[in-house]
Amino acid sequence: MPPTKKKQPSVRQLPKAPTGIQGLDEITCGGLPRGRPTLVCGGAGCGKTLLAMEFLVRGAIQFNEPGVFMAFEETTHDLTNNVSSLGFDLEDLVRRKKLVIDYVYIERSEIEETGEYDLEGLFIRLGHAIDSIGAKRVVLDTVESLFSGLPNPLILRAELRRLFRWLKDKGVTAIITGERGDEALTRQGLEEYVSDCVIVLDHRISEQVSSRRLRVVKYRGSTHGTNEYPFLIDETGFSVVAVTSLGLKQEASTKRVPTGVTRLDAMLGGAGYYLGSSVLVSGTAGTGKSSLAAHFVDGACRRGERAVYFAFEESPSQIMRNMRSIGIDLQQWVRKGLLHFQATRPTFFGLEMHLATMHKAVTAFKPHVVVIDPINSFIIGGNEVDVRAMLMRLVDFMKMKQVTCLFTNLTSSGTSGNTDLAVSSLIDTWLQLRDMEIGGERNRGISLLKSRGMSHSNQIREFLLTDRGVDLRDVYVGPEGVLTGSARLAQEARETAAQTAHEQDVERKRIELEGKRRALEAQIAVMRADLDAQEAETLSRLEQEQGRGRQLAKERVSMGLSRKADVGGKTTGQRRQAE
Amino acid sequence: MTTKTFASNGSPRKVRPASPAKKADAFVLRLYVAGQTPKSLLAFSNLKKLCEEHLAGHYQIEVIDLLVDPQLARGDQILAIPTLVRKLPMPVRKIIGDLSNTERVLIGLDLLEQK
Repeated sequence: MPPTKKKQPSVRQLPKAPTGIQGLDEITCGGLPRGRPTLVCGGAGCGKTLLAMEFLVRGAIQFNEPGVFMAFEETTHDLTNNVSSLGFDLEDLVRRKKLVIDYVYIERSEIEETGEYDLEGLFIRLGHAIDSIGAKRVVLDTVESLFSGLPNPLILRAELRRLFRWLKDKGVTAIITGERGDEALTRQGLEEYVSDCVIVLDHRISEQVSSRRLRVVKYRGSTHGTNEYPFLIDETGFSVVAVTSLGLKQEASTKRVPTGVTRLDAMLGGAGYYLGSSVLVSGTAGTGKSSLAAHFVDGACRRGERAVYFAFEESPSQIMRNMRSIGIDLQQWVRKGLLHFQATRPTFFGLEMHLATMHKAVTAFKPHVVVIDPINSFIIGGNEVDVRAMLMRLVDFMKMKQVTCLFTNLTSSGTSGNTDLAVSSLIDTWLQLRDMEIGGERNRGISLLKSRGMSHSNQIREFLLTDRGVDLRDVYVGPEGVLTGSARLAQEARETAAQTAHEQDVERKRIELEGKRRALEAQIAVMRADLDAQEAETLSRLEQEQGRGRQLAKERVSMGLSRKADVGGKTTGQRRQAE
Repeated sequence: MTTKTFASNGSPRKVRPASPAKKADAFVLRLYVAGQTPKSLLAFSNLKKLCEEHLAGHYQIEVIDLLVDPQLARGDQILAIPTLVRKLPMPVRKIIGDLSNTERVLIGLDLLEQK
């Protein structure tokens, strides 16, 4: 039965009004408190108005709850224009009686106070607007402007308290926005009056790059996420990056994606990365991270798959030129529309915008593989936590889309197993490129730090950048340690020489043995011939003997015949032969 | 809605001035109230007294009860009750409160200098 099913999760839960804003409903476990006012506060330009407007628009469109927007700061016209860039058609909603926008204009200089007053006019206006369309949602943006527009704050405070109570009685779900004060959450201490739910928006500049955050400070009678969540405002409106809300529900594929380097595939259980996995290539400067990434992209395009390359350090043409030097022509894939480059400086905009643009590019281009080169350039100042959160979101997103994602990361300290970002837990396959300094030269080595869910090689390979691309070679591990480069070549030569000597030795021994065998065989032949000769002689002699015996018998018979002897004569003859 | 009970109470809707003779500098005043609250009644009597004293013969008072016509609040941007709006002469001025501070009302109506 669907009704009981619906009731079950909200047995002890407050009734909630979903905002329809991506991420916010997850954080608030379902939306804003229904029939109660919520305070949204934050500094100038942090997105309060937009949040409130989206709450109304989505309410009207998705949940069939008409809304009233009472604007104290922007005119209806400005408001309509401002949010039209986000795809909200307010005029249409107004026409369909889903939305009322009431602009309240207050100009202090035009107002003379002459005694006791109250804000009944505001109540009546709001009440009329609510009743005219049967509104369920109300936004007051920013009600605090009353304090600058009207004299006598004492009256205003009392009236605001009455207003919020009145809103509750009306049963509308309301958002009241407030400008952030110096010490309190709002300049006029509105949080004292609106105490059911308080959401703080923040727009921080760290190292000249801005990032937006949202925090649910308080939510009476409900659980809620207590962290600060980054949020973004882009062409699709407001979206809160609720990292914890993403969950780990992605399907794990058993399909494999070749790495573009045959020997690397062999290291990874013979088939390459898992489809939809995240791959980290870390290493110090100049160890060939981008080259490996280019191989990956090249390999994908060769299979006719689509790829997006997010470059944050080099321009597309620079990457293409550099990759040509190792024999990879990426230009052809760009021309065929299989490869899309998106190059921006990390400082160009904030993290959330980067996330949003990557999100958009991936959604629009539908790639099979994605390269982000490099991730550490996002770290500006002390924003590792944000970057990590962003990457986590990105990885989850890619996994959901079954996009295999390769990140490169520049590490500062040679062979340590750490990245500057603690992203290792997000990563399924981690390749480490390293410098190996032996015999007065630097050589590159590659090893697999981890690769979840597959048997993989634990050996370090030497990583060569040739004019035909990346080549992996076995390294020599011996009493002298790991040998690479010319040391490896020397060792190789030495071993080849030793091998040759050994082979020659074996050959010689084999010939020697053969000689011996032949000599022996010759001897055997001679002896056998000798034996044969003796045998023949003996046989012929025997033959002669027998012939003679028979002759004698014959002679005896004939003699007996001539002597007319009887048959017994034969016996006599035989006895004689035996003698 | 409580609108009807308040409206049927016979709130002073349109009060004509004692002398309807119109002059060039006629004052058109509009008093916004919300039902017959003590504040509204006080404001109305204060206004009437003041007009008789200073504007005898060339003023017009229109009283609008927002409980009856809530849609009118939007047009004149009414928030506070009571609000007196001087529609004419231009520019439009707004005076809020129960009009008990006569001096401030006169300043608000630009009448103090005329004295």
